[in-house]
Amino acid sequence: MSFIEFHDLTHCYNLGQKNEHRAIDGLDLSIEKGSFTAILGQNGSGKSTLAKHINGLLLPTSGICLVDGKDTRNLEELWQIRRQVGMVFQNPDNQLIAAVVEDDVAFGPENLGLEPQVIRAKVDEALKAVNMTKYKNFAPHLLSGGQKQRIAIAGALAMDTECLVLDEPTAMLDPQGRAEVLRTVRKLHEERGITIVYITHFMEEAAVADRVVLMDSGRAAADGTPREIFADVPGMKKRGLDVPLAAEVSWQLRRQGIKLPDGIITEDELVEALEAYTCQSN
Amino acid sequence: MLSNITIGQYFPGNSILHRMDPRVKVLLLLLFLLEVFLFSNAVAYGIFSAITLVMMLLSGVPLCMLLRSLKPLWWIILFTFVIHLFSNPGTPIATVWLFTLTWEGIQMGCFISLRLILLILMSSLLTFTTSPLKLTDAMESLLSPFRRFGLPAHELAMMMTIALRFIPTLIEETDKIMKAQQSRGADFTTGNVMKRLRNMVPILVPLFLSAFRRADELAMAMEARCYRGGIGRTQMKSLKTGGIDYLAIGGFVILTAALLGIKLST
Repeated sequence: MSFIEFHDLTHCYNLGQKNEHRAIDGLDLSIEKGSFTAILGQNGSGKSTLAKHINGLLLPTSGICLVDGKDTRNLEELWQIRRQVGMVFQNPDNQLIAAVVEDDVAFGPENLGLEPQVIRAKVDEALKAVNMTKYKNFAPHLLSGGQKQRIAIAGALAMDTECLVLDEPTAMLDPQGRAEVLRTVRKLHEERGITIVYITHFMEEAAVADRVVLMDSGRAAADGTPREIFADVPGMKKRGLDVPLAAEVSWQLRRQGIKLPDGIITEDELVEALEAYTCQSN
Repeated sequence: MLSNITIGQYFPGNSILHRMDPRVKVLLLLLFLLEVFLFSNAVAYGIFSAITLVMMLLSGVPLCMLLRSLKPLWWIILFTFVIHLFSNPGTPIATVWLFTLTWEGIQMGCFISLRLILLILMSSLLTFTTSPLKLTDAMESLLSPFRRFGLPAHELAMMMTIALRFIPTLIEETDKIMKAQQSRGADFTTGNVMKRLRNMVPILVPLFLSAFRRADELAMAMEARCYRGGIGRTQMKSLKTGGIDYLAIGGFVILTAALLGIKLST
Protein backbone atom coordinates (compact mmCIF):
# COMPACT_ATOMS: atom_id res chain seq x y z
CA MET A 1 0.00 0.00 0.00
CA SER A 2 1.22 3.52 -0.76
CA PHE A 3 1.92 6.11 1.93
CA ILE A 4 -0.73 8.53 0.67
CA GLU A 5 -3.77 7.35 -1.26
CA PHE A 6 -6.65 9.35 -2.69
CA HIS A 7 -9.62 7.31 -3.88
CA ASP A 8 -12.18 9.15 -5.99
CA LEU A 9 -11.57 12.27 -3.86
CA THR A 10 -13.87 15.25 -4.35
CA HIS A 11 -13.80 18.51 -2.44
CA CYS A 12 -16.37 21.28 -2.78
CA TYR A 13 -16.09 24.69 -1.12
CA ASN A 14 -19.34 26.32 0.03
CA LEU A 15 -21.27 23.10 -0.49
CA GLY A 16 -24.93 23.63 -1.31
CA GLN A 17 -24.61 27.39 -1.69
CA LYS A 18 -24.81 29.52 -4.80
CA ASN A 19 -21.06 29.95 -5.05
CA GLU A 20 -20.31 26.23 -4.73
CA HIS A 21 -16.88 25.49 -6.12
CA ARG A 22 -15.58 22.03 -6.93
CA ALA A 23 -11.84 22.30 -6.32
CA ILE A 24 -11.03 18.60 -6.58
CA ASP A 25 -13.12 16.41 -8.80
CA GLY A 26 -12.85 12.62 -8.49
CA LEU A 27 -9.10 12.42 -8.03
CA ASP A 28 -7.33 9.04 -7.82
CA LEU A 29 -3.70 9.33 -6.84
CA SER A 30 -1.21 7.47 -4.72
CA ILE A 31 2.16 8.65 -3.48
CA GLU A 32 4.83 6.15 -2.40
CA LYS A 33 6.80 6.33 0.82
CA GLY A 34 10.19 7.97 0.32
CA SER A 35 9.31 9.54 -3.04
CA PHE A 36 9.74 13.15 -4.14
CA THR A 37 6.61 14.24 -5.98
CA ALA A 38 6.19 17.68 -7.52
CA ILE A 39 2.66 18.92 -8.15
CA LEU A 40 2.18 21.47 -10.91
CA GLY A 41 -0.89 23.27 -12.12
CA GLN A 42 -2.36 26.67 -12.80
CA ASN A 43 -3.95 28.81 -10.10
CA GLY A 44 -7.26 27.25 -9.12
CA SER A 45 -6.37 23.78 -10.34
CA GLY A 46 -6.80 22.33 -6.83
CA LYS A 47 -3.15 21.98 -5.78
CA SER A 48 -3.44 23.69 -2.40
CA THR A 49 -6.75 21.99 -1.66
CA LEU A 50 -5.06 18.68 -2.36
CA ALA A 51 -2.17 19.55 -0.02
CA LYS A 52 -4.53 20.43 2.82
CA HIS A 53 -6.21 17.04 2.56
CA ILE A 54 -2.97 15.19 3.26
CA ASN A 55 -2.91 16.18 6.93
CA GLY A 56 -6.60 16.56 7.46
CA LEU A 57 -6.85 20.37 7.44
CA LEU A 58 -9.59 19.81 4.90
CA LEU A 59 -11.74 16.69 4.81
CA PRO A 60 -13.04 15.13 1.58
CA THR A 61 -16.59 16.00 0.52
CA SER A 62 -16.72 12.51 -0.92
CA GLY A 63 -14.14 9.81 -1.49
CA ILE A 64 -11.34 8.74 0.80
CA CYS A 65 -7.94 10.12 1.73
CA LEU A 66 -5.64 7.56 3.40
CA VAL A 67 -2.31 8.46 4.99
CA ASP A 68 -0.20 5.49 6.02
CA GLY A 69 -3.40 3.43 5.97
CA LYS A 70 -5.27 5.85 8.26
CA ASP A 71 -8.40 7.67 7.15
CA THR A 72 -8.18 11.45 7.70
CA ARG A 73 -11.88 11.52 8.62
CA ASN A 74 -11.15 9.40 11.67
CA LEU A 75 -10.72 11.97 14.45
CA GLU A 76 -8.85 9.55 16.72
CA GLU A 77 -6.10 9.09 14.18
CA LEU A 78 -6.01 12.66 12.90
CA TRP A 79 -3.37 13.76 15.44
CA GLN A 80 -1.15 10.84 14.52
CA ILE A 81 -1.52 11.82 10.84
CA ARG A 82 -0.62 15.43 11.59
CA ARG A 83 2.44 14.24 13.43
CA GLN A 84 3.51 12.13 10.46
CA VAL A 85 2.78 14.78 7.84
CA GLY A 86 4.34 18.22 8.27
CA MET A 87 3.10 21.22 6.29
CA VAL A 88 5.00 24.25 5.04
CA PHE A 89 2.88 27.08 3.66
CA GLN A 90 3.50 29.83 1.16
CA ASN A 91 3.75 32.89 3.39
CA PRO A 92 6.79 32.51 5.66
CA ASP A 93 5.49 35.16 8.09
CA ASN A 94 2.14 33.58 8.79
CA GLN A 95 3.28 30.20 10.03
CA LEU A 96 5.77 31.06 12.76
CA ILE A 97 4.04 31.32 16.11
CA ALA A 98 6.62 32.21 18.75
CA ALA A 99 8.75 35.33 19.11
CA VAL A 100 12.01 33.33 19.30
CA VAL A 101 13.19 30.83 16.67
CA GLU A 102 13.82 27.89 19.01
CA ASP A 103 10.49 28.40 20.80
CA ASP A 104 8.77 28.23 17.46
CA VAL A 105 10.45 24.95 16.53
CA ALA A 106 9.42 23.64 19.97
CA PHE A 107 5.76 24.51 19.36
CA GLY A 108 4.91 21.19 17.68
CA PRO A 109 6.59 18.88 20.22
CA GLU A 110 5.10 20.96 23.06
CA ASN A 111 1.65 20.29 21.62
CA LEU A 112 2.44 16.57 21.68
CA GLY A 113 3.11 16.79 25.41
CA LEU A 114 6.71 15.55 25.37
CA GLU A 115 9.15 15.96 28.28
CA PRO A 116 11.10 19.27 28.30
CA GLN A 117 14.52 17.61 27.82
CA VAL A 118 13.18 15.46 24.96
CA ILE A 119 11.80 18.60 23.28
CA ARG A 120 15.15 20.36 23.74
CA ALA A 121 16.99 17.48 22.03
CA LYS A 122 14.52 17.38 19.13
CA VAL A 123 14.65 21.15 18.64
CA ASP A 124 18.46 21.24 18.59
CA GLU A 125 18.54 18.33 16.16
CA ALA A 126 15.92 19.87 13.84
CA LEU A 127 17.69 23.24 13.76
CA LYS A 128 20.94 21.47 12.89
CA ALA A 129 19.25 19.57 10.07
CA VAL A 130 18.17 22.81 8.39
CA ASN A 131 21.48 24.50 9.24
CA MET A 132 19.92 27.25 11.38
CA THR A 133 21.50 26.47 14.77
CA LYS A 134 23.23 29.81 15.07
CA TYR A 135 19.94 31.68 14.65
CA LYS A 136 18.15 29.83 17.45
CA ASN A 137 17.77 32.91 19.67
CA PHE A 138 16.75 35.28 16.88
CA ALA A 139 13.33 36.87 16.50
CA PRO A 140 11.63 35.58 13.31
CA HIS A 141 11.11 39.06 11.86
CA LEU A 142 14.88 39.53 11.67
CA LEU A 143 15.33 36.51 9.36
CA SER A 144 15.15 36.40 5.56
CA GLY A 145 12.27 34.64 3.81
CA GLY A 146 14.37 31.59 3.00
CA GLN A 147 15.51 31.31 6.61
CA LYS A 148 11.94 31.58 7.87
CA GLN A 149 10.88 28.74 5.57
CA ARG A 150 13.75 26.62 6.87
CA ILE A 151 12.52 27.29 10.42
CA ALA A 152 9.06 26.15 9.34
CA ILE A 153 10.64 22.95 7.99
CA ALA A 154 12.53 22.50 11.28
CA GLY A 155 9.21 22.88 13.13
CA ALA A 156 7.87 19.87 11.23
CA LEU A 157 11.10 17.86 11.67
CA ALA A 158 10.99 18.36 15.45
CA MET A 159 7.74 16.37 15.43
CA ASP A 160 9.51 13.42 13.73
CA THR A 161 7.60 13.99 10.53
CA GLU A 162 7.83 11.27 7.86
CA CYS A 163 6.39 13.35 5.07
CA LEU A 164 6.70 17.03 4.21
CA VAL A 165 3.98 18.73 2.22
CA LEU A 166 5.22 22.07 0.90
CA ASP A 167 2.60 24.36 -0.61
CA GLU A 168 4.47 26.77 -2.89
CA PRO A 169 7.15 27.35 -0.25
CA THR A 170 9.28 29.48 -2.55
CA ALA A 171 6.60 31.65 -4.19
CA MET A 172 7.41 34.68 -2.01
CA LEU A 173 11.19 34.27 -1.88
CA ASP A 174 14.10 35.78 -3.76
CA PRO A 175 16.26 33.48 -5.94
CA GLN A 176 18.75 32.90 -3.14
CA GLY A 177 16.02 31.96 -0.65
CA ARG A 178 14.48 29.67 -3.25
CA ALA A 179 17.77 27.82 -3.71
CA GLU A 180 18.22 27.51 0.09
CA VAL A 181 14.79 25.98 0.60
CA LEU A 182 15.07 23.56 -2.33
CA ARG A 183 18.55 22.48 -1.20
CA THR A 184 17.25 21.79 2.33
CA VAL A 185 14.29 19.80 1.03
CA ARG A 186 16.49 17.68 -1.27
CA LYS A 187 18.95 17.02 1.53
CA LEU A 188 16.18 15.82 3.87
CA HIS A 189 14.79 13.63 1.11
CA GLU A 190 18.15 12.04 0.31
CA GLU A 191 19.57 11.70 3.83
CA ARG A 192 16.47 10.77 5.79
CA GLY A 193 14.21 9.33 3.15
CA ILE A 194 11.44 11.80 4.03
CA THR A 195 8.54 11.65 1.58
CA ILE A 196 8.21 15.02 -0.19
CA VAL A 197 5.11 16.48 -1.81
CA TYR A 198 6.24 19.73 -3.38
CA ILE A 199 3.75 22.12 -4.93
CA THR A 200 5.36 24.76 -7.09
CA HIS A 201 5.09 27.16 -9.98
CA PHE A 202 8.78 26.95 -10.79
CA MET A 203 9.50 24.30 -13.41
CA GLU A 204 13.21 24.19 -12.56
CA GLU A 205 12.22 23.08 -9.06
CA ALA A 206 9.86 20.41 -10.37
CA ALA A 207 12.65 19.07 -12.58
CA VAL A 208 14.54 17.70 -9.53
CA ALA A 209 11.58 15.55 -8.39
CA ASP A 210 11.24 11.82 -9.15
CA ARG A 211 7.71 12.31 -10.30
CA VAL A 212 5.55 15.18 -11.56
CA VAL A 213 1.78 15.27 -11.24
CA LEU A 214 0.01 17.85 -13.36
CA MET A 215 -3.26 19.11 -11.92
CA ASP A 216 -5.95 20.59 -14.12
CA SER A 217 -9.50 21.49 -12.97
CA GLY A 218 -9.28 19.24 -9.94
CA ARG A 219 -7.98 16.16 -11.73
CA ALA A 220 -4.56 14.70 -12.39
CA ALA A 221 -4.14 15.59 -16.07
CA ALA A 222 -0.70 14.03 -16.46
CA ASP A 223 1.55 11.96 -14.25
CA GLY A 224 5.07 10.82 -14.95
CA THR A 225 8.78 11.53 -14.54
CA PRO A 226 9.86 15.14 -15.16
CA ARG A 227 11.39 14.00 -18.47
CA GLU A 228 8.10 12.56 -19.69
CA ILE A 229 6.05 15.54 -18.59
CA PHE A 230 8.38 18.24 -19.92
CA ALA A 231 8.87 16.46 -23.26
CA ASP A 232 5.32 17.48 -24.15
CA VAL A 233 6.05 21.18 -24.60
CA PRO A 234 2.92 22.02 -26.67
CA GLY A 235 0.71 20.16 -24.17
CA MET A 236 2.18 22.10 -21.24
CA LYS A 237 1.71 25.41 -23.05
CA LYS A 238 -1.86 24.55 -23.84
CA ARG A 239 -2.49 24.19 -20.08
CA GLY A 240 -0.95 27.60 -19.47
CA LEU A 241 2.23 26.21 -17.92
CA ASP A 242 5.88 26.70 -18.71
CA VAL A 243 8.57 24.07 -19.08
CA PRO A 244 12.16 24.43 -17.83
CA LEU A 245 14.20 26.74 -20.04
CA ALA A 246 16.45 23.90 -21.28
CA ALA A 247 13.41 21.85 -22.36
CA GLU A 248 11.97 24.83 -24.17
CA VAL A 249 15.23 25.65 -25.98
CA SER A 250 15.81 22.06 -27.07
CA TRP A 251 12.22 21.79 -28.29
CA GLN A 252 12.55 24.98 -30.36
CA LEU A 253 15.87 23.78 -31.79
CA ARG A 254 14.36 20.42 -32.72
CA ARG A 255 11.59 22.27 -34.50
CA GLN A 256 14.26 24.09 -36.52
CA GLY A 257 15.55 20.72 -37.65
CA ILE A 258 18.52 20.46 -35.30
CA LYS A 259 18.67 16.84 -34.15
CA LEU A 260 18.90 16.81 -30.36
CA PRO A 261 17.95 13.83 -28.17
CA ASP A 262 14.58 13.82 -26.37
CA GLY A 263 14.14 14.38 -22.65
CA ILE A 264 16.50 17.30 -22.04
CA ILE A 265 15.34 19.18 -18.94
CA THR A 266 18.42 20.59 -17.23
CA GLU A 267 20.90 23.15 -18.52
CA ASP A 268 23.83 20.76 -18.12
CA GLU A 269 22.10 18.18 -20.30
CA LEU A 270 21.40 20.83 -22.95
CA VAL A 271 25.04 21.98 -23.01
CA GLU A 272 26.22 18.39 -23.33
CA ALA A 273 23.77 17.66 -26.16
CA LEU A 274 24.78 20.81 -28.03
CA GLU A 275 28.46 19.97 -27.69
CA ALA A 276 27.82 16.47 -29.01
CA TYR A 277 25.81 17.97 -31.87
CA THR A 278 28.50 20.48 -32.91
CA CYS A 279 31.23 17.78 -32.77
CA GLN A 280 29.07 15.58 -34.98
CA SER A 281 28.33 18.22 -37.58
CA ASN A 282 31.96 19.35 -37.83
CA MET B 1 10.19 55.90 11.33
CA LEU B 2 8.35 53.00 12.91
CA SER B 3 11.20 50.54 12.82
CA ASN B 4 12.95 51.53 16.04
CA ILE B 5 10.12 50.64 18.41
CA THR B 6 11.04 48.05 21.02
CA ILE B 7 8.43 46.13 22.94
CA GLY B 8 8.59 46.60 26.68
CA GLN B 9 11.83 47.76 28.17
CA TYR B 10 13.68 44.51 28.77
CA PHE B 11 17.38 45.06 29.43
CA PRO B 12 19.18 41.77 28.66
CA GLY B 13 21.60 40.66 31.35
CA ASN B 14 22.55 37.88 33.70
CA SER B 15 22.18 39.43 37.16
CA ILE B 16 20.60 37.73 40.18
CA LEU B 17 17.34 39.48 39.34
CA HIS B 18 17.48 38.27 35.74
CA ARG B 19 18.00 34.70 36.87
CA MET B 20 15.11 34.66 39.33
CA ASP B 21 11.95 32.70 38.55
CA PRO B 22 9.59 35.28 37.00
CA ARG B 23 6.67 33.89 39.00
CA VAL B 24 8.49 34.56 42.28
CA LYS B 25 9.42 38.02 41.04
CA VAL B 26 5.83 38.92 40.19
CA LEU B 27 4.45 37.59 43.49
CA LEU B 28 7.12 39.25 45.64
CA LEU B 29 6.63 42.53 43.78
CA LEU B 30 2.88 42.47 44.45
CA LEU B 31 3.44 41.72 48.15
CA PHE B 32 6.14 44.39 48.40
CA LEU B 33 3.85 47.02 46.89
CA LEU B 34 1.15 45.97 49.35
CA GLU B 35 3.55 46.44 52.25
CA VAL B 36 4.58 49.86 50.97
CA PHE B 37 0.92 50.82 51.39
CA LEU B 38 0.42 49.07 54.74
CA PHE B 39 3.49 50.25 56.66
CA SER B 40 3.73 54.00 56.52
CA ASN B 41 6.16 54.93 59.28
CA ALA B 42 9.50 56.62 58.71
CA VAL B 43 11.64 53.59 59.62
CA ALA B 44 9.69 51.35 57.20
CA TYR B 45 10.16 53.86 54.39
CA GLY B 46 13.85 54.01 55.12
CA ILE B 47 14.02 50.23 54.79
CA PHE B 48 11.92 50.24 51.60
CA SER B 49 14.14 52.87 50.00
CA ALA B 50 17.28 50.98 50.97
CA ILE B 51 15.91 47.74 49.49
CA THR B 52 14.92 49.47 46.26
CA LEU B 53 18.37 51.02 45.97
CA VAL B 54 20.11 47.67 46.54
CA MET B 55 17.84 45.98 43.96
CA MET B 56 18.60 48.71 41.43
CA LEU B 57 22.32 48.16 41.90
CA LEU B 58 21.96 44.36 41.78
CA SER B 59 19.98 44.44 38.52
CA GLY B 60 22.92 45.72 36.46
CA VAL B 61 20.54 48.03 34.60
CA PRO B 62 22.10 51.50 34.11
CA LEU B 63 20.72 53.89 36.75
CA CYS B 64 19.86 56.56 34.19
CA MET B 65 17.64 54.04 32.36
CA LEU B 66 15.83 53.20 35.59
CA LEU B 67 15.36 56.86 36.48
CA ARG B 68 14.04 57.54 33.00
CA SER B 69 11.09 55.28 33.79
CA LEU B 70 9.99 57.96 36.28
CA LYS B 71 9.82 60.58 33.54
CA PRO B 72 6.28 59.94 32.22
CA LEU B 73 4.89 60.14 35.77
CA TRP B 74 6.99 63.08 36.91
CA TRP B 75 4.09 65.52 36.73
CA ILE B 76 1.79 63.29 38.75
CA ILE B 77 4.41 62.98 41.48
CA LEU B 78 4.93 66.75 41.59
CA PHE B 79 1.20 67.46 41.53
CA THR B 80 0.54 65.06 44.43
CA PHE B 81 3.40 66.62 46.37
CA VAL B 82 2.06 70.17 45.96
CA ILE B 83 -1.51 69.15 46.80
CA HIS B 84 -0.35 67.52 50.01
CA LEU B 85 1.76 70.55 50.98
CA PHE B 86 -1.31 72.73 51.30
CA SER B 87 -4.11 70.37 52.20
CA ASN B 88 -2.96 69.06 55.58
CA PRO B 89 -4.02 70.84 58.76
CA GLY B 90 -1.27 71.41 61.33
CA THR B 91 1.45 73.86 62.28
CA PRO B 92 1.31 76.67 59.71
CA ILE B 93 4.59 77.84 58.18
CA ALA B 94 3.43 80.27 55.52
CA THR B 95 0.19 81.38 53.94
CA VAL B 96 -0.28 82.07 50.23
CA TRP B 97 -3.70 83.62 49.49
CA LEU B 98 -6.20 80.91 50.59
CA PHE B 99 -3.64 78.13 51.03
CA THR B 100 -1.68 77.40 54.16
CA LEU B 101 1.61 75.58 53.98
CA THR B 102 1.99 73.31 57.02
CA TRP B 103 4.85 71.33 58.49
CA GLU B 104 2.68 68.18 58.44
CA GLY B 105 1.91 68.90 54.80
CA ILE B 106 5.59 68.82 53.85
CA GLN B 107 6.04 65.52 55.69
CA MET B 108 2.97 63.97 54.07
CA GLY B 109 3.94 65.23 50.60
CA CYS B 110 7.39 63.66 50.91
CA PHE B 111 5.85 60.38 52.08
CA ILE B 112 3.37 60.10 49.25
CA SER B 113 5.86 61.11 46.57
CA LEU B 114 8.39 58.60 47.90
CA ARG B 115 5.68 55.96 47.87
CA LEU B 116 4.90 56.67 44.20
CA ILE B 117 8.59 56.67 43.25
CA LEU B 118 9.13 53.33 45.01
CA LEU B 119 6.11 51.82 43.27
CA ILE B 120 7.31 52.89 39.84
CA LEU B 121 10.94 51.93 40.36
CA MET B 122 10.16 48.47 41.70
CA SER B 123 7.64 47.72 38.93
CA SER B 124 10.04 48.85 36.23
CA LEU B 125 12.76 46.69 37.78
CA LEU B 126 10.51 43.72 37.04
CA THR B 127 10.03 44.67 33.39
CA PHE B 128 13.70 45.62 32.98
CA THR B 129 14.94 42.25 34.20
CA THR B 130 12.24 39.95 32.78
CA SER B 131 11.71 39.39 29.05
CA PRO B 132 8.10 39.74 27.84
CA LEU B 133 8.13 36.02 26.96
CA LYS B 134 9.06 35.03 30.51
CA LEU B 135 6.43 37.39 31.89
CA THR B 136 3.86 35.66 29.68
CA ASP B 137 4.92 32.23 30.95
CA ALA B 138 4.74 33.51 34.52
CA MET B 139 1.26 34.89 33.88
CA GLU B 140 0.06 31.56 32.51
CA SER B 141 1.51 29.67 35.44
CA LEU B 142 0.20 32.06 38.12
CA LEU B 143 -3.28 32.25 36.62
CA SER B 144 -3.65 28.51 36.04
CA PRO B 145 -5.22 27.82 39.49
CA PHE B 146 -8.11 30.08 38.41
CA ARG B 147 -8.81 27.86 35.42
CA ARG B 148 -11.40 25.93 37.40
CA PHE B 149 -13.38 29.17 37.73
CA GLY B 150 -13.41 29.49 33.95
CA LEU B 151 -10.42 31.79 33.50
CA PRO B 152 -8.76 30.96 30.14
CA ALA B 153 -5.16 31.17 31.45
CA HIS B 154 -3.51 29.28 28.58
CA GLU B 155 -5.48 31.13 25.92
CA LEU B 156 -4.53 34.52 27.39
CA ALA B 157 -0.86 33.55 27.43
CA MET B 158 -1.05 32.22 23.86
CA MET B 159 -2.64 35.50 22.76
CA MET B 160 0.22 37.42 24.39
CA THR B 161 2.82 35.20 22.69
CA ILE B 162 1.26 35.68 19.27
CA ALA B 163 0.90 39.42 19.85
CA LEU B 164 4.57 39.69 20.76
CA ARG B 165 5.49 37.71 17.66
CA PHE B 166 3.35 39.81 15.30
CA ILE B 167 3.84 43.35 16.61
CA PRO B 168 7.11 43.85 14.66
CA THR B 169 5.57 42.25 11.54
CA LEU B 170 2.52 44.50 11.70
CA ILE B 171 4.64 47.59 12.33
CA GLU B 172 6.68 46.78 9.23
CA GLU B 173 3.45 46.33 7.30
CA THR B 174 2.03 49.67 8.55
CA ASP B 175 5.20 51.35 7.36
CA LYS B 176 4.81 49.74 3.94
CA ILE B 177 1.14 50.71 3.62
CA MET B 178 1.90 54.29 4.68
CA LYS B 179 4.58 54.57 2.04
CA ALA B 180 2.29 53.06 -0.59
CA GLN B 181 -0.46 55.57 0.26
CA GLN B 182 1.97 58.48 0.45
CA SER B 183 3.36 57.59 -2.97
CA ARG B 184 -0.20 58.02 -4.27
CA GLY B 185 -0.53 61.43 -2.67
CA ALA B 186 -1.95 60.68 0.77
CA ASP B 187 -1.02 63.22 3.43
CA PHE B 188 -0.62 62.18 7.06
CA THR B 189 1.21 65.18 8.48
CA THR B 190 -0.91 68.30 7.90
CA GLY B 191 -4.39 69.41 8.91
CA ASN B 192 -6.18 69.42 12.25
CA VAL B 193 -6.74 66.40 14.48
CA MET B 194 -10.02 65.37 12.82
CA LYS B 195 -8.51 65.57 9.35
CA ARG B 196 -5.48 63.55 10.38
CA LEU B 197 -7.66 60.90 11.99
CA ARG B 198 -9.72 60.67 8.83
CA ASN B 199 -6.52 60.28 6.83
CA MET B 200 -5.61 57.24 8.94
CA VAL B 201 -8.51 55.25 7.47
CA PRO B 202 -6.62 54.29 4.28
CA ILE B 203 -3.92 52.81 6.53
CA LEU B 204 -6.17 51.00 8.97
CA VAL B 205 -8.46 49.29 6.45
CA PRO B 206 -5.71 47.39 4.57
CA LEU B 207 -3.90 46.71 7.85
CA PHE B 208 -6.97 45.10 9.40
CA LEU B 209 -7.74 43.09 6.29
CA SER B 210 -4.25 41.70 6.19
CA ALA B 211 -4.26 41.01 9.94
CA PHE B 212 -7.39 38.89 9.55
CA ARG B 213 -5.85 37.01 6.64
CA ARG B 214 -2.73 36.38 8.68
CA ALA B 215 -4.83 35.15 11.59
CA ASP B 216 -6.58 32.71 9.30
CA GLU B 217 -3.36 31.30 7.90
CA LEU B 218 -1.73 31.19 11.32
CA ALA B 219 -4.65 29.23 12.76
CA MET B 220 -4.26 26.71 9.95
CA ALA B 221 -0.50 26.43 10.53
CA MET B 222 -1.07 25.93 14.27
CA GLU B 223 -3.61 23.22 13.62
CA ALA B 224 -1.24 21.51 11.19
CA ARG B 225 1.26 21.37 14.04
CA CYS B 226 -1.13 19.50 16.33
CA TYR B 227 -2.24 22.48 18.41
CA ARG B 228 -5.42 21.72 20.32
CA GLY B 229 -5.43 24.15 23.21
CA GLY B 230 -3.58 23.95 26.49
CA ILE B 231 -4.66 20.43 27.46
CA GLY B 232 -1.82 17.93 27.49
CA ARG B 233 0.68 20.57 26.42
CA THR B 234 4.19 20.77 27.87
CA GLN B 235 6.85 23.46 27.66
CA MET B 236 10.45 23.20 26.56
CA LYS B 237 11.57 26.01 28.84
CA SER B 238 9.57 25.15 31.93
CA LEU B 239 9.97 27.63 34.78
CA LYS B 240 12.10 26.45 37.68
CA THR B 241 12.26 27.83 41.20
CA GLY B 242 15.88 27.70 42.37
CA GLY B 243 18.16 28.70 45.25
CA ILE B 244 18.04 32.44 44.55
CA ASP B 245 14.25 32.36 44.66
CA TYR B 246 14.10 30.63 48.06
CA LEU B 247 16.68 33.13 49.32
CA ALA B 248 14.53 36.01 48.07
CA ILE B 249 11.40 34.56 49.65
CA GLY B 250 13.29 34.04 52.94
CA GLY B 251 14.55 37.61 52.85
CA PHE B 252 11.05 38.86 52.21
CA VAL B 253 9.62 36.91 55.17
CA ILE B 254 12.29 38.39 57.47
CA LEU B 255 11.50 41.89 56.15
CA THR B 256 7.80 41.45 56.81
CA ALA B 257 8.43 40.15 60.32
CA ALA B 258 10.72 43.10 61.10
CA LEU B 259 8.18 45.60 59.77
CA LEU B 260 5.41 44.01 61.84
CA GLY B 261 7.67 44.15 64.88
CA ILE B 262 8.34 47.86 64.39
CA LYS B 263 4.68 48.59 63.83
CA LEU B 264 3.54 46.71 66.96
CA SER B 265 6.25 48.19 69.19
CA THR B 266 5.29 51.79 68.40
